[in-house]
Amino acid sequence: MRIPFKSGVAAVALALAASFAAPAEAGPTLDAIRKRGEVVCGVSTGIGGFSIADSSGRWTGLTTDFCRAVSAAVLGDAAKEKFVPLSPQQRFTALQSGEIDMLTTVATWTLTRDASLGLLYAGVYFYDGQGFLVPKSLGLKSALELDGASICTATGTTSELNLADFFRANGKTFKPVVFEAQNEARAAFFSGRCQAFSADMSYLSSVRVSDAPNPDEWQILPEMISKEPLGPVVARNDLDWYTIAKWVLLALVEAEEKGITAANVEQMKDSANPEIKRLLGTAGDMGQRLGLDPGWAYRAIKRVGNYGEIFERNVGPKTPLRMERNSNALWTKGGLMYAMPVR
Amino acid sequence: MNAAAIPPVRSARGWHDPSFRALATQVIALAVLAGTVAFLATNLVGNLEARSIRTGFGFLWQAAGFEIGQSFIAWSPSASFGRALLVGLLNTLVVASLGIVLSTLAGFVVGIASLSRNPLVSPLARLYVELVRNTPLLLQLYLWYAVLTQMLPAASAAPQLLPGVYLAKSGLHFPVLQHGGGPLLAAALVGVLAFAGHGLWARRKAGRTGMPAKLWPGLLLLALPIVAVALERAVTASFDVPRPTRFGFSGGGMIMPELTALLIGLSLYNAAFIGEILRAGILSVGRGQLEAAAALGLSRGQALRLVVIPQAMKVAVPPLASQYLNLAKNTSLAIAIGYPDLMSIGNTIINQTGQAVEVIAILMSIYLTLSLAISAFMNWYNARVALKGAS
Repeated sequence: MRIPFKSGVAAVALALAASFAAPAEAGPTLDAIRKRGEVVCGVSTGIGGFSIADSSGRWTGLTTDFCRAVSAAVLGDAAKEKFVPLSPQQRFTALQSGEIDMLTTVATWTLTRDASLGLLYAGVYFYDGQGFLVPKSLGLKSALELDGASICTATGTTSELNLADFFRANGKTFKPVVFEAQNEARAAFFSGRCQAFSADMSYLSSVRVSDAPNPDEWQILPEMISKEPLGPVVARNDLDWYTIAKWVLLALVEAEEKGITAANVEQMKDSANPEIKRLLGTAGDMGQRLGLDPGWAYRAIKRVGNYGEIFERNVGPKTPLRMERNSNALWTKGGLMYAMPVR
Repeated sequence: MNAAAIPPVRSARGWHDPSFRALATQVIALAVLAGTVAFLATNLVGNLEARSIRTGFGFLWQAAGFEIGQSFIAWSPSASFGRALLVGLLNTLVVASLGIVLSTLAGFVVGIASLSRNPLVSPLARLYVELVRNTPLLLQLYLWYAVLTQMLPAASAAPQLLPGVYLAKSGLHFPVLQHGGGPLLAAALVGVLAFAGHGLWARRKAGRTGMPAKLWPGLLLLALPIVAVALERAVTASFDVPRPTRFGFSGGGMIMPELTALLIGLSLYNAAFIGEILRAGILSVGRGQLEAAAALGLSRGQALRLVVIPQAMKVAVPPLASQYLNLAKNTSLAIAIGYPDLMSIGNTIINQTGQAVEVIAILMSIYLTLSLAISAFMNWYNARVALKGAS
């Protein structure tokens, strides 16, 4: 086929112009999401405060809100998302096979998962750890007082090892009752078989609210005997998408640090603070560098609020879960939530 | 018939020779099987290496690090994974052997009750069988476990059944001998040997004189040494008595409620099947046998014990063997109700080490050995109860 010289030049010129004007390379995942018109997120099958479907079938929770923030950032005003409930056994496979775009569950970030499963953790949206749920009637103040107690737990990657390590390190003893699934361990605990139930604090808080006959009769002991950082996970084959997920999370934390909320984000657009201007896209080309438009962070904050708002709405002290910020507070308030500079 | 008229059979060669063909197909089938296994094995090893997953059995000697709820041998988290498997195996063996004994006893009762002429007993036995064998075992285990843990009193309110014996949600706590278990074991061994020896002598005597052998002298011989030593130890040795603590009891021996629930569930479930097997066995004995026994002046009980049951066993033993195998393998459902059996501990080890292939291979070979041992015993017993001289 012969191409007329003039139109050929025009096409090349057009392509060159387009390559300068268009945002940076978008990556296959983002292209697919834009074409589909929705972000597909894998979520846990039902952990109150983190990801649980309410009576009308709407998914609520801290991890699902993060998915909504990403969706708002990449899809604009027509943001849509689909939630796929996944069991712990299915979740990584679903991501590896491309069935979902992003995993927003309560999966702990470990070296093995990050390095050997063909996926990447894009950050931490909740610093969790293994703890103990006990009846208040025992009058306990510390897990160290559980010497000689029976402790119900489910067999997991490290939960039994953490328990044994904690008690050995403190020279105490305990009797484990190990079940295959969390719900069986939970049922045995509430029937009084064990004095304590050991699992991730997030799960214990959720259990106390939704499964205990009367939440006020149960307490979570202060000791955290392991580190369980929970974060969004993406497939390793698309680093552009990984970068977007990572920076949406950082933007939500940055917004809290700068005092930008869902309510005041509109006024904040007029702020003279250069850092706020860069974040909200009124100055600089931060969105373009991510392959997005300038309003990406503005829309995410507008839709779900900053990190602090997401926390307070889903798991905070005013919710049934009554969790304190602790490690999940901003770094300026003694926590671990720290956003890399947006510049 | 004229033999010469038949043309001599030309001996077939090569593929047309039936015996050669049979041999060749066997060899080819074997080669295909071996090739497939070899391919899968190299594939597996290659895949494991590609994902840098550790292989080999070296982990068995490493420290396990986790605690186990019930152990019949000394256990601490610093012991090895291999020892953890041994703890799990013993826990499984305890459930399997007690389960076989209990389900056989209960099965006998159910089987005989369902043949009873009493208008109340027989329908009840039938109802029990239909109810139990038509619901899933796992469901029954959950039921028994829930009933036990809800029903038992909290540790703080545990009743003292006998001096030093407590029953609570944390289990049955009882005193154990601090040391000196050796003499007890030796006494038990002496008792068993005396019992076996007496049995042999009594049977010979019965064969000679025609007088039926008496059972009680043998039982006396069995019990005497162990009772004597136990009495002596109870007076002189010291006991480790469970002491109530803030959360339960420390010291002494303990039977977890998980073990009890598993044992009840397995025994009652299998008793229904065993009852049916025995009923079938008893029904297979001809009516004439009973009439002949009555004609000889045997009471109904004697007829059952001396005429019917021995013949019924001949029919019942092979299906009984497969029922025992089922029971032994079903002990692996323990994981659902938190009893630390072989499967449960194997699962934990897989979680800790990530070496699923090795651990599952070990578990499979252990269950295989266990099942083959039960089979071998039942085959031996089957040969023993078979009618002598019958083909």
